[in-house]
Amino acid sequence: MESIIFYAFGGLAVVTALLMVTRQNPIFSAVWLVVCFFAFAVLFLMLNAQFIAVLQILLYAGAIMVLFIFVIMLLNVREEELKPKVLQFSGILGGGAAIYLIILFALGVLKEKVASFPILPADFGYVAPVGKLLFTKYLIPFELTSVLLLVAIVGSVVMGKRKL
Amino acid sequence: MDYTVAALKTFLIFFVVINIVPLLIWLERKGAAYIQDRRGPNRAAIFGVRLGGLIHSLNDVVKLLFKEDIIPSHVNKPLFILAPMIAMFVATITMAVIPFGDPVVIGSHAPFLLQVADLNVGLLYVFAVSSLGVYGVMLAGWAANNKYALLGGLRSAAQMVSYEVSMGLSVVGIFLMAGSLRLSDIVNQQGANLFHWNIFLQPVAFFIFLAALFAETNRLPFDLPEGESELVAGFHVEYSSMKFALFFMAEYAHIIVGSCIIATLFFGGWNIPFVSSEWIKMNADLVLKILWMGLGLFSVVGGSLLCRRFKKQRYGDLRDFEPLVFGVPGVLTGFGLLGLFAIFGNKVFLPEWGPSVLLAAIQIGVFLAKVLFFCFFFIWVRWTLPRFRYDQLMKLGWKIMLPLALANILVTAWVALVN
Amino acid sequence: MQAYFPIAVLFGIGIALSGGFVLLSTFIGKKRPTPEKMGPYECGLDPIGSPRQRFSVKFYLIAMLFILFDIEVVFLYPWALVFKDFKAAGLGPLIFGEMVVFLIVLGGGLIYVWKRSALEWE
Repeated sequence: MESIIFYAFGGLAVVTALLMVTRQNPIFSAVWLVVCFFAFAVLFLMLNAQFIAVLQILLYAGAIMVLFIFVIMLLNVREEELKPKVLQFSGILGGGAAIYLIILFALGVLKEKVASFPILPADFGYVAPVGKLLFTKYLIPFELTSVLLLVAIVGSVVMGKRKL
Repeated sequence: MDYTVAALKTFLIFFVVINIVPLLIWLERKGAAYIQDRRGPNRAAIFGVRLGGLIHSLNDVVKLLFKEDIIPSHVNKPLFILAPMIAMFVATITMAVIPFGDPVVIGSHAPFLLQVADLNVGLLYVFAVSSLGVYGVMLAGWAANNKYALLGGLRSAAQMVSYEVSMGLSVVGIFLMAGSLRLSDIVNQQGANLFHWNIFLQPVAFFIFLAALFAETNRLPFDLPEGESELVAGFHVEYSSMKFALFFMAEYAHIIVGSCIIATLFFGGWNIPFVSSEWIKMNADLVLKILWMGLGLFSVVGGSLLCRRFKKQRYGDLRDFEPLVFGVPGVLTGFGLLGLFAIFGNKVFLPEWGPSVLLAAIQIGVFLAKVLFFCFFFIWVRWTLPRFRYDQLMKLGWKIMLPLALANILVTAWVALVN
Repeated sequence: MQAYFPIAVLFGIGIALSGGFVLLSTFIGKKRPTPEKMGPYECGLDPIGSPRQRFSVKFYLIAMLFILFDIEVVFLYPWALVFKDFKAAGLGPLIFGEMVVFLIVLGGGLIYVWKRSALEWE
């Protein structure tokens, strides 16, 4: 049962990701990516990482993709500007990087032998244990996040309101 | 077996919630009418029975189903069809974590939850899926390829995301006090004492949440996305037939789910003020008798009031008998209940599972009463307040509610720390 | 995982309901298209220019700020949940201080946005 759900949603994630890459119209790409995030959320859920699963939908599908669609709607790229140009430098670079990553991943899978999974506590992935770790062991990364967010806020304002 | 029960329960809860929608549409029309000093819809009828205009809701569904489904030639067809489906889908799935009552424990069976699913992430689930509601509006506006629609979609998307932050921040204080995200834990933490309800402990959070909810549902005073005086109908201007109805139903379903969440978070959920669940369980026999008698008296009094409205020559046709159709059965049922009570009242003893089931029924009733009150509140506000200007809306969201919500969190935490 | 089964059912109901209504109206309603019906609705006037204009960068800015503040909110949820546990363990001031620092930094961000008048809609 577990494996059926895993393969169903894993397959969905792969298919939607491919659809997202191959669509001509950027708004369809964005919609497929949202579906893809949903499949990811289910996969996280199967790992019992409920908090992460919800965040996947709340932040990625509900916030970041909203910005993407906003930008697509605002820029209104014309259809003819969307015609793919054959073999660009960025395309070669991206493809090369992807192949490199796939090889790296395959090597990693072949080399590492995962003996057994550690037994997790019953409340693993719930919100409170995540909080406990976040505010004790990972305190400094947490505080640094606020600085990172501040930088992002300042950056977006500077780019958005250049005239001031 | 467990799965069948769970699926049936899900269906039942969905059925109850979705059936409040036509009721709410009727309430909106009647409420608007009486606020504007007119009678409202009262013409549609089945064999002369009008139910005070309630038939109009049924009428509308049939009418919209048979209307021509126009898909204009200039739209982006897949997204145009997808957008109303997203809106309705999101409105449907948000109801998953709302608790309608305490889990019912019968004998040695596992507790039966009166909610679709009791998730560890609780309210976060609602926030996560309702944040997807933006897509319905945004894609509808974009796909329609119409200036009004696009402007409406843009406005509403900007508005929804602006108020989502304040909404998320306002409830942090409640989580802090309850120490849990589960809605059932939050209700239990508030308890039966009226003054421990979050409306008294977190009044600022309540007002922020309420305002944000109005903005999220695109209702007046925040209905700029569809402001008819400037944008005609906003994002759904090109929609017709059942696709339009899906947007319409989604809006009301959102109101119902939002009212449920307000009642749960701030008004003690299924708790009755000053009457604890334990007390009801202990004195189930007494409570049952009071309810029985109360229901009987209510039917008699209500029925006879309706009967008094009967006048022979009022309209001169079948409509004259309308009050009697409900009045006479009401009086008869009432007398029947009272008579049964007089005969059997002292001989009835609840079986072992009785108290739990009675308690659950009372809790569901109380919860639905609270929910309906807030649904009415939405309508009341809509027909009372004028619309905001767009700059005022953004100012309220970012410059007033956001700092206020942050201050509320710090004050709550400080009080929790000192106590 | 089992707790999520009813939610899957509810997802199914949602898809069936919304898809069903759309299908029903496509099949039941009669189709009598006319050029007026199929054109964009602009209160009877013929539209001038494409509706897909470029819009103010403000909308983009609002969406960007929304993401950043939403991430901040997400950090507050686990904090609110563990607050009482930390206080019971005698670490109350620590967790309060952590969040005060976090909020001061981000409050600074809000004030910056405010002072740069990125929140003004003139």
